[in-house]
Amino acid sequence: MTTELFVQYLFAGITYGSIYAIVAIGFNIIYNTTGIINFAQGEFVMLGGMVSVSLLPYMPLPLAIGLAVLITMVVGALIEIVFIRWLASPSVLRMIIITIGISILTREAAVHIWGDNIRSLPYFAGNEISTIGVLGARISPQVLWVVGVCGVMVCTLHLFFKTTSVGREMRACAANRTAAILCGINPRNMVTFSFVLSAGMGALAGCVMSPITYTQYDIGTGLAIKGFTVAILGGLGNSGGAVAAGLLLGIIEAFSVSVVPLAFKDAISIAILLLILFVRPHGLFGSGEAARLKAF
Amino acid sequence: MVKSSILKKCNHEKGKGMKQMVSKVMMGAAALSLMLAPAAWAENIKVGAILAVTGPASFLGGPEARTLEMMVADINAKGGINGNSVELIIKDSVANPEKAVSFAKQLIEEDKVLAIIGPSTSGETMQIKKIAEDAKTPLLSCAAAEVIVDPVASYVFKTPQKDSDAVKMIYKEMNKLGLVNVAVLADNTGFGKAGAEQLAKIAPEFGIKIVEKESYDTKDSDLTAPVAKIKANKEVQAIINWSVAPAQSIVVKNVRQAGWNVPIFQSHGFGNIKFVEGAGAAAEGVIFPAGRLLIAADLPADNPQKELLTQYKKNYEAKYKENVSTFGGHAYDAMVILEAAVKVGGNDRAKVRAAIEGLQNLPGTAGVFSFSAKDHNGLTIDAFQMMTVKDGKFVAYTGK
Repeated sequence: MTTELFVQYLFAGITYGSIYAIVAIGFNIIYNTTGIINFAQGEFVMLGGMVSVSLLPYMPLPLAIGLAVLITMVVGALIEIVFIRWLASPSVLRMIIITIGISILTREAAVHIWGDNIRSLPYFAGNEISTIGVLGARISPQVLWVVGVCGVMVCTLHLFFKTTSVGREMRACAANRTAAILCGINPRNMVTFSFVLSAGMGALAGCVMSPITYTQYDIGTGLAIKGFTVAILGGLGNSGGAVAAGLLLGIIEAFSVSVVPLAFKDAISIAILLLILFVRPHGLFGSGEAARLKAF
Repeated sequence: MVKSSILKKCNHEKGKGMKQMVSKVMMGAAALSLMLAPAAWAENIKVGAILAVTGPASFLGGPEARTLEMMVADINAKGGINGNSVELIIKDSVANPEKAVSFAKQLIEEDKVLAIIGPSTSGETMQIKKIAEDAKTPLLSCAAAEVIVDPVASYVFKTPQKDSDAVKMIYKEMNKLGLVNVAVLADNTGFGKAGAEQLAKIAPEFGIKIVEKESYDTKDSDLTAPVAKIKANKEVQAIINWSVAPAQSIVVKNVRQAGWNVPIFQSHGFGNIKFVEGAGAAAEGVIFPAGRLLIAADLPADNPQKELLTQYKKNYEAKYKENVSTFGGHAYDAMVILEAAVKVGGNDRAKVRAAIEGLQNLPGTAGVFSFSAKDHNGLTIDAFQMMTVKDGKFVAYTGK
């Protein structure tokens, strides 16, 4: 394999990988505050892309993206308030079924609003055929946007959880809900906030990836499966692990093309998911002991 | 409900004249049957359609269903066929072969349709080919794969052009351009697989060598990796992509983004302006064979298809506010063929089947149809025209 081909595969892998990582982090934020997996996470990505494309004719691109992210955050909050907040102590199974239901509902609503056409935002810089050279390989400038935005999002999120008081309150709820209540934190608000946060992240990722991958009403499911695989691979709840696992899965998928046809890409990630669930259910970077203490 | 309340009333009125009661019941029953089946006495021509109106193949089934609705409304407004109005029953299969099978049985056995138009995809059509044949119901498929009519089943027809003719058109053009070594990309649908097979089968005939072969999933959203793999093979002189999915826009984009200025050929599945819009500037110069619908306005006036094509394009675009596509045209052709056959054979399955085989020089959107007992497609290679994309529009390809 030449260096050029290697770099080309690597960049393809990093592009897929950073999108998977963002979806996985969305899973993790909600998992950390509620202990549930929100299977509607992929739909936030779809909504971000769809709403921004619809807003674009009326305003400049950055504003359309900003507004789309805000609208998706509101949708995230509404979903939590309407479907989840009023449940006293829901079982894991019930929550899974509820979130899968929300995912189907959002998808059906999207097909009624936007139809089943593929849509996309214009390229942020240049157009469909502009390229830049990196170590002999050629990549689209949009790839740098995706990688850059995802990187900035992960860093901001890390700082948010470490330094702000809301971030610390969310972590407190994740660590020990009862103790958090005793300290005067309202865990219900934190849960709503976690939905808002992961909706916003998903939506922003949906906007930056839209020129490369297109947006269609049903892209959410595929992304959710990949994101879930990555979240498990990295250890549920572990955001640093999600980034590493996301990049790992993306790069494995990209390099697998040199051996098997691309149509088998999903088979590879599902095989990895199964393997991890059997061999290391707490993930590559998670702690087995901590996983045993959690309900799910 | 009506019946039971009348019966109850009858019980209450026991003792009164029995005859009166019976006649009341009869009237009630008659009224009920009138309500349930208003069409029972009209000489309607029932046409079933199994189309992927929603789901992954909706870009086929959607325009097909809309085209049929428009045409049937038109036909009925003009007084129907032989004075009988047409009743269209569209079933949405969501491109699911199992649904197509149950809809086919329902249309044949319960609705007792005269003929079935569709399904939209080759996979579905192959599932119901035998059902239509056994039930002796004419099936006019809107799907492309050649296996639908080869071997011929006496009741099964198809309207899109042949895959093998599309392949020959592309190879002919490659011979002219002096291109020999080619990379083949195909999606994993029935259309993509059948196309890849035909490409491999016909290649030696034209001295073409397939040096790289890749397949991808219809849902794939980024093909940078397979493109990089193909590009690494320095022998590749051209790319042929065979797909009906949005991924065919992505292939083109990814090739150009890799800074690779190689000639790209696509199948007739590229004949939807949405794919050109999806690929933007990258679609410029893509070469593909397609029916003449896409360039209707630019055709010479003596072309037998010109009038029909411009008319269809104008009516469809005025009614649905969306660009006409060759896929809707396949349903258009099915209806045109059926209409012509019913005019000859009347409302009878076997006679309509025989009438279709007798149709000669019938202009449609895909080409000029001439059927025979052996040829249930009725089109020749002339149905195709090489096209390319210039300034975001389809234009006739005139060579380099």
